[in-house]
Amino acid sequence: MNQSISFFSGFGPKDLWFLPQAAWQTLVISALSISTGTLLGILFGWILSESKIIGAVTLGLVLDAFRSVPLIIQLVLFYNLFNVIGLAINPFWAGVIILAVYTSALVANVARGGIEAVGAPMRRASRSLGMNYLQTIRHIVWPIGLRAVFPSWVGVALGVLKDSALVSVLGHPELLKVARDLITRTQQPLLVLAVAGAFYFALSYPISRYAAHLERKWQS
Amino acid sequence: MNFDYTFHWRPVMRKLPDLLEASLTTLQISVLSMIIGITFGLILAILRMNGPKPLAWIATGWVELARNTPALFQLFFFSFGLGAFGLHLTPYFIVLAGLTFNNAGYLAENFRGGFQAVPETQMRAARSLGMTAWQSYTRIVIPQVFRIVYHPMTNQLVWAVLMSSLAMIVGFRELAGETQALAFKTFRIFEYFAVTALIYYVMVKVILGLSRLIAWRMFRY
Amino acid sequence: MIEIKELHKYFGALHVLKGIDLNVQKGEVLSIIGASGSGKSTLLYCTNGLEAIQKGEVIVDGVSVHSKGTDLNKLRTKMGMVFQQWNSFPHLTALENVALAPKIVKGKSKSEAREIARQQLEHVGLGDKIDNYPSALSGGQQQRLAIARALAMEPEYMLFDEATSALDPELVGEVLDTMRLLAEEGMTMICVTHEMGFARDVSDRVAFFHQGVMEEIGPPQQIFGEPTSEHTAKFLANVR
Ligand SMILES: Nc1ncnc2c1ncn2[C@@H]1O[C@H](COP(=O)(O)OP(=O)(O)O)[C@@H](O)[C@H]1O
Ligand SMILES: [Mg+2]
Repeated sequence: MNQSISFFSGFGPKDLWFLPQAAWQTLVISALSISTGTLLGILFGWILSESKIIGAVTLGLVLDAFRSVPLIIQLVLFYNLFNVIGLAINPFWAGVIILAVYTSALVANVARGGIEAVGAPMRRASRSLGMNYLQTIRHIVWPIGLRAVFPSWVGVALGVLKDSALVSVLGHPELLKVARDLITRTQQPLLVLAVAGAFYFALSYPISRYAAHLERKWQS
Repeated sequence: MNFDYTFHWRPVMRKLPDLLEASLTTLQISVLSMIIGITFGLILAILRMNGPKPLAWIATGWVELARNTPALFQLFFFSFGLGAFGLHLTPYFIVLAGLTFNNAGYLAENFRGGFQAVPETQMRAARSLGMTAWQSYTRIVIPQVFRIVYHPMTNQLVWAVLMSSLAMIVGFRELAGETQALAFKTFRIFEYFAVTALIYYVMVKVILGLSRLIAWRMFRY
Repeated sequence: MIEIKELHKYFGALHVLKGIDLNVQKGEVLSIIGASGSGKSTLLYCTNGLEAIQKGEVIVDGVSVHSKGTDLNKLRTKMGMVFQQWNSFPHLTALENVALAPKIVKGKSKSEAREIARQQLEHVGLGDKIDNYPSALSGGQQQRLAIARALAMEPEYMLFDEATSALDPELVGEVLDTMRLLAEEGMTMICVTHEMGFARDVSDRVAFFHQGVMEEIGPPQQIFGEPTSEHTAKFLANVR
């Protein structure tokens, strides 16, 4: 026992407390941006699949741009844009907003795939049974489409959880930023990295395994 | 809302050649990390499918770590983590190792899926014609696997290009790193990052366009 | 000549072939019938060395298939095989499908191999499909492609494993016609089949398999007319 304390000499109990706090920040940022990004993304996906008008084309191009530029560049770019236009906004909310928009671009693709997986003939069939538009969405498109794309949505959500680490470039103390600072201060890279890595892994691994399991179950 | 910022694009335009040169570095390190990543990815996939137990476990560990932790975490591992063992890589090799580790992990899963998607009967048919195991693999199985993994592989290359921007955080000056260095010297942060965003966009589109062209020329069935 | 002596095959604890004794002469057409799971496919796989055996021997033209020193790849070029699942190679055109093995296994030149392939495709009635990919061929055409592919190795024996079972009924005829043509040309054939009409009209002998045992073998008139085993009689009553 004594030995292990002296081994982690540069590392006080207070330091150890920073990591769960930072992990909580990562969780909050991810949860906020995944939930709003998903809602937005479903809306966008629906617009993309329903209308062939100019609006949908433009929306498609804009969303595609969010998927074609590194997130870290987007974060710096828009954070500075907020400053430039005089929108005083702290790194936390800037990070959440940008991540949410980024998420929505990814989810829009997934959602459109889901709607298209249901297929026009099936929608027409349900309309011919006398269901109105909303009933068709509610009883046909939603349950079938959800099954088709739920695993890919989980993939997107886990991707955003991991990408939330990039909010550190704005200076917000999420998990990897705090980990990095702690490493510099305490010179205990292995311990700190192990804790940080374990946090992501413990969240991501079981969820991705579960999604893969669901996918296999639903396919057969 | 006070709008007292004026955009200055000229200083950025003057540095455009530097940015373009840095984007070549981005392409170079991404492609290299893909080439090495494909090699390792194949080995990992084969080890996971029919390697001896301990090696299969190591391969699984690699794949799952690469897929279930942030890429930035993986870069940190190759910088601070290896540093703890007295191994100090240059920023270039930190980025290359991080990208390669990540690529190999994701590609291994694609390859595994590709091998499983080619029916066993193909192998049996090839052997029944007198082809050796090697001939059956290289002439019959691998070309089909290659087609199945071609699109995931292109996506991974795009992903590698995007991911290489993390170099900015560990101080390597590819496109993102160069942009950051120039931007914070001149304080025209928005303008620099806007131009760089555009360059990334164009790079990604060119890669996707080329890959589609190649696919169209190559896969006739 | 193919000689099968006291052949035993196990999959783990499962005894699949229980001492098969069978000779097939040059030029003979043998049909093998029997319920599914009775070991018919396994017998074919053991015959060209795609499966190992546990006891007994298979001798093809004096060469023991499962002996240590046997060059299986060379031996297999003597025995063409057509499987139930059409397994044409999807990434190659019909011509390339047929030309590949002559080129890389037999070392023929590219133009020689293509010429052989063209002839064999013509032979099975696919002369107008040489540049098509398998995805553009029907199941029956793909099976005929598989036959051409096997013939291009100039085999002395052809083994058919339910070549028509996976086909839509209207496509069965064209494949059977091709097999009938080969029989008329004097090819030595072992056909595992559920097509009783084909077995009766084309074969010289018919063998009936039941739970890993060859229950009886004889000329088609005898097997179909007056079977000696009650299992054979029952099986035939069911398939009719
Ligand atoms: N690769 C294998 N592994 C284990 N059992 C097998 C394998 N191939 C076939 N069998 C079993 O061997 C028996 C005979 O199979 P098969 O030769 O395919 O019969 P048939 O062709 O007459 O339908 C069956 O019980 C089958 O389940
Ligand atoms: Mg069978």
